[in-house]
Amino acid sequence: MDVSVTVNGTTYARDVEPRKLLIHFLRDDLDLTGSHIGCDTGNCGACSVIVDGVLVKSCMLLAVQADGASIETVEGISENGELTPLQQSFNEHHALQCGYCTPGMLMSATALLRDNASPSDAEIKKALQGNICRCTGYWNIFEAVKAVAK
Amino acid sequence: MLLREVEYAKPGSVAQALELLAANDGARALAGGQTLINVMKARAASPDMLVDLNGLAELRGIELAADGTLTIGAMTTYTELMRSAEAKARPILGEVCATIADVQVRNRGTIGGNVCANDPTNHLPPLMVAVGARMTIAGAAGEREVTAEEFFLGVYMTAVGQGELLTKIAIPAGKKDGFAAVTLGTEGTCICNAAATVNGSVRVALGCVDAVPVLVTADSPDGIAEAVRAAGIEPPSDVHASAEYRLHLAAVLATRAAQEAAAR
Repeated sequence: MDVSVTVNGTTYARDVEPRKLLIHFLRDDLDLTGSHIGCDTGNCGACSVIVDGVLVKSCMLLAVQADGASIETVEGISENGELTPLQQSFNEHHALQCGYCTPGMLMSATALLRDNASPSDAEIKKALQGNICRCTGYWNIFEAVKAVAK
Repeated sequence: MLLREVEYAKPGSVAQALELLAANDGARALAGGQTLINVMKARAASPDMLVDLNGLAELRGIELAADGTLTIGAMTTYTELMRSAEAKARPILGEVCATIADVQVRNRGTIGGNVCANDPTNHLPPLMVAVGARMTIAGAAGEREVTAEEFFLGVYMTAVGQGELLTKIAIPAGKKDGFAAVTLGTEGTCICNAAATVNGSVRVALGCVDAVPVLVTADSPDGIAEAVRAAGIEPPSDVHASAEYRLHLAAVLATRAAQEAAAR
């Protein structure tokens, strides 16, 4: 099926099999490998992207369902090659060890801060609930997000 | 994971969706996909065609009538329910939705998908029974309405037949509700849950203890634990809880939910 999506401001038109998950479309068809596949069962959140302003796990959406949508992935959050304050904060707080979960964590935290620039501690934790970190770096990730919350 | 080959259709109306579902035995409605896409990965479901309901505005939205009845479109997401000013008329709805899985799942998962999947560990089937919801099912012959008690038929089975769709759920006015669950991790899958509503007597629907929600009633929250024990429930045993422990949880959670409902 013909699918046209805008990812990080660039429009892509491709012929896609209906069975292809959005995460595979992003990674394999568009070479946007920033979004990761951790569990492929909807639990880990490493594949989190923002579709039409809504944070979703791209392993639980078909690529054909995104036809016409505007998608944001981790590749698109920095501007002019500069790290965002959130990314910089991840760096400063050592909020990543292996880095596998980081793209999803960044997208979840980005969605949170857009929606609520001054989240409480509880709101930050709840916003990151759908993202699993196997390095047990949750505390540093929490602190990184808290540091950029107003 | 690569799914089995599947056809995809995006109907422009409920009528068109019903035609597609009726014309293809292997067709299934795709709601939020937070269950269906995953079970398709595991090949636990292998539909030949997915009929995507996501474009259908007719299936979305929350209306509050003058008598306090809420009418919720089947494709309304958990997040929409949590944020809806109208849905605050029955606060338990948004409160329970806020404990389902995580942000990403709540942004896609729908009330209709949750009840139509009828996984015995889901949150909303017992809640719908407790609050006395009425479900509207559309098919080739028109619409019919069933009560939540009539809606849930078995594990993964509901009154929605092949070629039919759940279109909306009506929930009567009320505030005295409660919900309690023991889950795998914070806000994870339920091991046992209970939804309660107090309207004169206490009405508790238990989840995870049988194929469908089990309704138990008592005159007061004090009597609900005994009523649960007397209901003849034979819960399943699994790796998370023995039948005996699940039955114990059922009585405890029924009491907690009933007390919360009575205290409002």
